[in-house]
Amino acid sequence: MAIDSDVLVVGGGLAGITAAISAAREGAHVRLVSHKASTLAQASGLIDALGYVPPTEPSKPLREGPPTAGRNLDRDEWPDPDGPLADPYDAIASLPADHPYRLVGGDALREGLALFDELTGAAYHGGHTDQNALVPTFGGSLKPTARYPTSAKAGLASDDRSTLIVGFRSLTEYDARALAGRLDAGGVPFEVAGAEVEFAEAFRADTKITRIAKALDRDEQIEGTPAREALAAAVKPHLTDAIDQGDVGRVDRVGFPAFLGDDESTAVRAELADRLGAAVFEIPMGPPSLPGLRLEDLLYDALADAGVSFETGMPVVGYETDEDGSIDHLLIDRKGTEVPYGAESIVLATGGLVGKGLDSDREGVTEPVLDLHVPQPSERYEWFVDDAYGEQPYARFGVAADERLRPLDQDGEVSHDNVRVAGAVLGGADVAREKSASGVSLATGLVAGREAAMEV
Amino acid sequence: MTGHTTDETDDAVQRDVERTASSDDERSAATDGGVESASGGAPAAELDPDAYDPVDVFPGGDLDLREGADSCYKCTSCDTSCPVAEVDDEFPGPKFQGPEQWRLKRKEDHDIDESITSCSNCMRCDEACPSSVPLSQMHNEARGQFVEEQMEKLSVEYIRNRILANYRTSARLASLTPRLATVAMNFGPIRVAMDKLLGIPSERDFPEFATTTFREWWRDRGGAKVTNPEKRVAYFHGCYSNYNTPEVGKAMVRVYEHFGYEVLVPKQGCSGTPMFANGMLKDARRHAETNVEHLVEAIDDGADVIASCTSCSLSLRQEYPELFDIHGIDDLAEHTFEALEYLRIHEDLRGALEDASLDANQSFAYHAPCHARNQGLERQAVETFRDVDGVTMEDVGDSCSGISGTYGWKSEKYEKSMQIGDDMFDHMEDAEGDVGMTECPTCAMQMEHGTGYEIRHPLQLLEEALDA
Repeated sequence: MAIDSDVLVVGGGLAGITAAISAAREGAHVRLVSHKASTLAQASGLIDALGYVPPTEPSKPLREGPPTAGRNLDRDEWPDPDGPLADPYDAIASLPADHPYRLVGGDALREGLALFDELTGAAYHGGHTDQNALVPTFGGSLKPTARYPTSAKAGLASDDRSTLIVGFRSLTEYDARALAGRLDAGGVPFEVAGAEVEFAEAFRADTKITRIAKALDRDEQIEGTPAREALAAAVKPHLTDAIDQGDVGRVDRVGFPAFLGDDESTAVRAELADRLGAAVFEIPMGPPSLPGLRLEDLLYDALADAGVSFETGMPVVGYETDEDGSIDHLLIDRKGTEVPYGAESIVLATGGLVGKGLDSDREGVTEPVLDLHVPQPSERYEWFVDDAYGEQPYARFGVAADERLRPLDQDGEVSHDNVRVAGAVLGGADVAREKSASGVSLATGLVAGREAAMEV
Repeated sequence: MTGHTTDETDDAVQRDVERTASSDDERSAATDGGVESASGGAPAAELDPDAYDPVDVFPGGDLDLREGADSCYKCTSCDTSCPVAEVDDEFPGPKFQGPEQWRLKRKEDHDIDESITSCSNCMRCDEACPSSVPLSQMHNEARGQFVEEQMEKLSVEYIRNRILANYRTSARLASLTPRLATVAMNFGPIRVAMDKLLGIPSERDFPEFATTTFREWWRDRGGAKVTNPEKRVAYFHGCYSNYNTPEVGKAMVRVYEHFGYEVLVPKQGCSGTPMFANGMLKDARRHAETNVEHLVEAIDDGADVIASCTSCSLSLRQEYPELFDIHGIDDLAEHTFEALEYLRIHEDLRGALEDASLDANQSFAYHAPCHARNQGLERQAVETFRDVDGVTMEDVGDSCSGISGTYGWKSEKYEKSMQIGDDMFDHMEDAEGDVGMTECPTCAMQMEHGTGYEIRHPLQLLEEALDA
C-alpha cells in the first residue's frame, strides 16, 4: 500500500512551500517531502523579484574556440547589466523568452508576492509598492529587493538618516568599517560610519551566531550584565565616536549583523533601540542566516496551518510511470526502505545546481529525481564563458517547461502530464545576476501548485 | 567508607570492561570498519570513481569516511542546527567534530578533542546537512575512539557514563524489586551522594519502575492473541517500555492486533542509543549482535520489526549499518519501522480514525523528538490525530528537548540541558493542553521535569481512539 495524496510536492524551499500552500488552497490534499532540512536556513531572508536584467549578448563577438579560464588576454566584453531596476514588472518583457517570468507572466509574480505577504504578515515589508527597495547587504552592496524582513526596515538605503554600522572582531566575514566604506563609496544618500565593538568577544572565538542570538533571546548574563544591556553599552560610545571616522554626529540608526535574537527578535531590537536612542536594523548575512531561519519557521507554520502534510529527511529515489507517461508514484527512501508515495500530480521543486535539484558531471547536466530533460550544449566548453561575471550558459541550465509549467522533452513536447516544475530546477533564469531567485520561486510555485491541484 | 564503595564499583566496572574487551576479538579500534556501508547518505552511484583518480592523502582509519568529509562545503548548516552549540560556549559544533576533526586526525595529530563528549548525539546535524555528510557517524566514530584510547577508565566520568549507557543493566536489577528501587533511587540522601560521587544530577527524578514489566505481562497473557502469517511484526520494545512504561508496549500490541497483525516479541537487548552517545561502542556491539540475531530470525519468519521508541528505531536503521558489520544487519535496517509510521504506510489509518471519538475532549502538547525528525516522523502524530474528533494536538515547535538520552543525566550538563529545553517548556505552557505527548522516553522525562505534565505516547492515544 502506498502513502497517497492528491498533490505530492518534492522540495522544502520557497518554491515547494509556495506550491504546496497554493495547491492546498485549491482544496487538494497535499504532502510535501524534502530530502533534508529546508535550505531556507541558508537564505538571506530577502525576497527579491527582479533587480537587474543582465545582457545576454557580448559587446563584441566572443573569440573562437574553447574558453581558457582567464589565461587568454583576449577577454570577453559584456555590457553592464540593466539596473538596479526600480520596477521589476516593467522589465519582465526584456527577459529571454524561455525565462520563467515570461512563461507564467508578471501577474503570477504579483500573486506569488501577495501570497507571501499574507503568509508572513507583520514579519515582512515592501508589499505597499511595486517598486524595489534597496537593502544593504553584509558585503556593503545594495540589493534591489521586493520584500524585506521587518528587522531590515530601518536600514533601507532610500532613508537618509545617518547610520552607524557595528561589527565584531569574531565575525570575520563581516567587517563594519569596510561595509560602511563601500556603502559610502556607492553614493548612499546618508552619512555612514563603521565601528568594531567589544561584545561577541565574550563568546568563544568561533562562536555560532545562533549562540549569540540565543543569549540575546534569553537575555543571558554576559560577564554579569544582561546580554541586551551589555550589547547596547558596547555600542553606545560609538554613537558619537564615529565622528572621527565618518563625519557623523550622533547617529539616528544603527545597523547590526543579523543576529539580534531568534524567537524574541522583535523584543531584542526594541530594547536595543530604546537603550541606544536610535533606530536599530539588521543587515542580512550569508549562511548561516537567522533571517533565513526565522523565515523557515514562519513558512513551515504556514504549511501546517494550510493543512499540508510534510516530512523531511528522506530522498526520492525512484518513480513509476503509467502507460501515458504520467507519474503514478514516487519511491521514497525511508531510512533504507523504499516506500511508494502515490499522487494524482507531482510538483518538482528540488532546487538548482546548488540545491542539488540538478546534478552535473563531465558527461552532462541531469535532473536526478524524475530524469527530466535538461537542455544543454553537448560540447562541455560551451557551458561557460571566460568572464566569471559574464553570461554563463550553465547559470540558466534547468528543466524546460510550457506556460503551465509541465516539463518538456527534447522535442519540446510535454513529457509528463501530471508533473509541474517550480523554482530553481526550472531553466531560463540566471537568478544570481538577475536577483530574481525568490520571485521565480514564488511565481512558479504559485502556478505549479494551482495547476497541480487542477489535475486532481 | 564512601571511598571503599567507589573502589568496589571501579573494580566491578573494570572487570566488566576486561571481560568485554576479551570477548571482542581484542580489537584495538573502537569500530570494526563497516566499510561496505560506510559511504553515508550518498549512494556510491552519485560519485563515479572512474571519472577521477583520487590521491589517497588520508590513508588508514577504520571507517572510510573520506567521501563524507570531502562532501562538506562548510555552509555551517550543521552548526546552526546544533542545540548544544546554541548554549555551550565550550562546544565547537558539529562541523568541527565531524569533517574537520576527521581530517586533522588522518595525519600526525591523532588525539580526539575532548569536546566530542559534549555532543549529545541528537543527530540533528545529519538532517541539516544539504550534502549528506555522515556527521553523526563521524561523531560516533570519534567519540568511540576518544573513549577507547584517551579516556581514563578509572575516572568517575567513565564509570558514570558506563552506568548511564548501560541503563538496561540497572533497570533489570531495579525491576527485581521495582517499588523499593523507585523509592531508593529517589531518596534524597542517596541522590545527593550520587550527585557528588558520580555526577548524576540530584535535580532529576528517576523514572518509576513498573511492578510488572512488559515481558512479564506478555508471558502472563500467553503471548500473541492473533495468529497471522500474512501480517506479522516483531516488537522491539527497548528497555524503557519493558521496565518503565509497559503501558506503551501493551498499547502497541493491542493496536497492532486490532489491525490483525500477529505480534512477535523476540529476545532482545538495548538498541545501543545510550552507548553510542557515550562512546561505548563495544557495549553497543555486544547488544547489537543479540538484536541482529533474534530480529533477523523474526524477519525470516516474515515479520517487519517495529519499535515504539524513535531512538531505538533510528539506531537499528541508521547507526547499526553505519557502525557495525554484522551478518544480517542491513536486512534488519531495511525491515525496521517506528510503530505509527508502519501503520501509516500499511493501513488506512485515516479511514480507521474517521469515526473514532474519545469520551472527553483531550488536548496535547506534542514534542517531536530529534531522532524522530531524522526518520521523517516529526509530523506524524499531529497529522494522524488532527482530524480525530475530540483531539487537539499542538506541535510545541522544532526545538530539542535538551535531555538527549543520557546528556541531561550528567551533573555538568544539567544546566545546559535545561537551557536547551527552555523553548520547549515555554511552548508547552502556551499550548492549550496540559498533557504532553512524545515518542521518546527521555524527551518525556524532560517534558515532565520541566512542566510537571503527564506525558503520553501516541500509541496510547491511538489505542484509546480505536478502542483497541
